[in-house]
Amino acid sequence: MRPGQVAIDRQGAACLTLARVVDVFKALADPTRRTILDELTDRNGQTLFELCGRLLTKHGLRSSRQAISQHIDVLEAAGLVETTREGRYKFHYINTTPLEPIAERWIKRPGRESR
Amino acid sequence: MRISLASVLVDDQDKALRFYTEVLGFQERHNVPIGEHRWITVVSPEAPDGTELVLEPDEHPAVKPFKNALVADGIPFTSFAVDDVHAEYERLRGLGVRFTQEPTDMGPVTTAVLDDTCGNLIQISHAGVARS
Repeated sequence: MRPGQVAIDRQGAACLTLARVVDVFKALADPTRRTILDELTDRNGQTLFELCGRLLTKHGLRSSRQAISQHIDVLEAAGLVETTREGRYKFHYINTTPLEPIAERWIKRPGRESR
Repeated sequence: MRISLASVLVDDQDKALRFYTEVLGFQERHNVPIGEHRWITVVSPEAPDGTELVLEPDEHPAVKPFKNALVADGIPFTSFAVDDVHAEYERLRGLGVRFTQEPTDMGPVTTAVLDDTCGNLIQISHAGVARS
């Protein structure tokens, strides 16, 4: 390995992390997508049908099933939603792990508590 | 004009008849051999002269992809009315029925979604506050 290799690899990893964080902010920028995360927090592991029903009846969101499905795709790309197949059904789960860098960057700073 | 028949497309008529009568609690109305299949209908004991549900074989090649796509997205193609979704959910779960959606308050209605073991998802619902 060349001397500069480690530094370059670190930079690459940082870029990847940054790209993920950008995806997370982009995913969270849309109110419908935030509502999807709210509903998955209320009950984790929902079918597309249940999510659409909740968005319509609890939030008055009249988006098509296809539009909701596309929102879920964006959340999935950001790692905030995971879709698992259980037998013949597909269930959607929230994953808050991609939100942790946000907390570490601004909320959980050392010395914050001493203020 | 009245609605006399509605159909569910089932992968096995014998299994379907057992599930729709013994588990869901409907009554057999017609059971007539026709070719390799049978003409089977069930009715609700609360409305024996009401709409009949046909347990229709699902062997047409277009049916399976259609059913699989609906089930993957959790979509029930048929819905039954109950007095209390929560009570029915408990009763059916006790009989081993698989639900893809637990009882959920959906504004004007409360709904839950179950697997009929014959390739379909079925919604049960009650309007407003539970009657029981």
